[in-house]
Amino acid sequence: MKRSRTQTILWSAGTLLAALLMFFPILWMALTSLKTESAAITFPPQFVFTPTLENWRAAVFNGPVIEFMQNTVIITVGATLLALLLGIPASYAMAFYRTRRTDSSMIWIMSTRMLPPAGVIVPLFILFRDLSLLDTHLGLILLFGAVNLPLVIWMVVGFMEDIPIALMEAARLDGAGLWQEFRSVLLPLLGPGLAATALLSFIFTWNEFFLAVNLTTRAASPLSVYVSTFKAAQGDLFIAKMSAVATATAIPVLLAGWFAQRKLVSGLTMGAVK
Amino acid sequence: MAITSGTGTGPSTQPAARRSRRDARRFLSSPALIYLILVTQVPFALTIWLAFTNWNLLRPASAGFNGLGQIVRNFRRILTNPDFLLVIWNTIYLTVAVVLITFILGMLFAILLEKPFPGRALARTLLISPFLLMPVASAVLWKNLMLDPSFGLSAWAMQLFGLQSVYLVQEAPMLSIIAIVSWQWTPFVMLILLAGLQSLPADTREAAWLDGAGPVTMFRFIILPHLRRFIEIAVLLEVIFLLNIFGEIFVITSGGPGLQTTNLPYQIYLEAFSRWNLGTASTYGIVAIVLANLVIIAFIQVLRQKRKEMA
Repeated sequence: MKRSRTQTILWSAGTLLAALLMFFPILWMALTSLKTESAAITFPPQFVFTPTLENWRAAVFNGPVIEFMQNTVIITVGATLLALLLGIPASYAMAFYRTRRTDSSMIWIMSTRMLPPAGVIVPLFILFRDLSLLDTHLGLILLFGAVNLPLVIWMVVGFMEDIPIALMEAARLDGAGLWQEFRSVLLPLLGPGLAATALLSFIFTWNEFFLAVNLTTRAASPLSVYVSTFKAAQGDLFIAKMSAVATATAIPVLLAGWFAQRKLVSGLTMGAVK
Repeated sequence: MAITSGTGTGPSTQPAARRSRRDARRFLSSPALIYLILVTQVPFALTIWLAFTNWNLLRPASAGFNGLGQIVRNFRRILTNPDFLLVIWNTIYLTVAVVLITFILGMLFAILLEKPFPGRALARTLLISPFLLMPVASAVLWKNLMLDPSFGLSAWAMQLFGLQSVYLVQEAPMLSIIAIVSWQWTPFVMLILLAGLQSLPADTREAAWLDGAGPVTMFRFIILPHLRRFIEIAVLLEVIFLLNIFGEIFVITSGGPGLQTTNLPYQIYLEAFSRWNLGTASTYGIVAIVLANLVIIAFIQVLRQKRKEMA
């Protein structure tokens, strides 16, 4: 069963090479963002070049990107907080005060996350129009908060069930109320799990496009809507600047995903796989 | 793991005062449940109501409930339209092709990553990245940087092999979308299968190896049966989310040429927001919801079975 030294080296080299190949498009995008516009479209492609930050200065730190970035941050943070605010108490009840209906509720909660957004986009549009939520941060925060709620509940219930009951019983015997019990017993133990949950919720909201593009026009549009305008060969930017914007939108989610790696599987499968 | 452990917690014999507090705390889940019902079920009910209308947003007078006759007319209108079959076919073709490709690649990467080797953490980190990237950014990156016929890397690679450079997005639009979506979703499958492989007890494998099982026998008779649940979960979840693919099509082909790459979500988008036929769009919406529910029900079934096995 044990691999020999040579085998290990070959295995290592082969896998890293394959991984690099999969990652290469992202690396290429980042490299292109550091080229001049003319260097970005030469043929054959330039693998060695003098890097410049000109595109980042012109397209990322100036111009409309800042506004879209702000919208994305407001929506993402707002929706994640809303999901945690509703989801943590719900998880507490479902993990520690189970009833006969708890399992069915959990399954129903999960099924709401899996409904096709396209199936309800028309009524959402009408509701948003009639409630004056079209093209507002609030509208998307309310909606994405609900989209992330099942994820939060499923992940946090899973983490809570790993906590020994004895610890909470002890706190209760000391006369701790709900808030104290949460703060002094649960929060320290749940910390890493909650962080991973928040990061996953952040990634999904950051990347969402379908609801955003149909429910916003400009004022509250997130980055995904702006990036999609590059569909027309070059949109309003050229290749290198476009790459700079796309790279800038990728960095936060890549970092969040790399940090949350260990909990990624349980998050992606709603806790079905740990 | 919520669904699999399923053990009630909290002692069963409790003084009355504690029991009343227990009852109160149970309702901490109510705000979340009420919120979810409001945000997900109200639009769902409205979709059904809208399918009973012939509402076109450009003709405000057309709003209003038209009765059973209208929903029948709406269904007949979409079902007799030859576009419908094409759209359903595209939706299924895209989903099935991506599932197949991502399973082959995902399994390969999962096997590569299973045992420790120097650089494994780095390889894993690189491999999950395509899944983290914003789908529309991936689409832009592939369409404008990688596949560009004059300066893209694909053109360069084709030249290396002495081939004529083609613009894949134009020559084979559906295949381009399948390839790009597969690139994004391979990490998803890989992560689930990797978790499955790593949950296989080492001594099971050791025993089979001592019994003289070769790599193929081992994979076929030991690893694959163990992975069954993980494969089911990965396929069903992937299908549920692939049925919703939208951003990639929006960016890469806009559903074209013609309707060649239009799937159900994109058709709903066109019907609702470029033709403003809210009635027909909602009828399409019902089709999408029914289709998704078939897979969702299967997924819930698998979760229930998994729970029974663990109990």
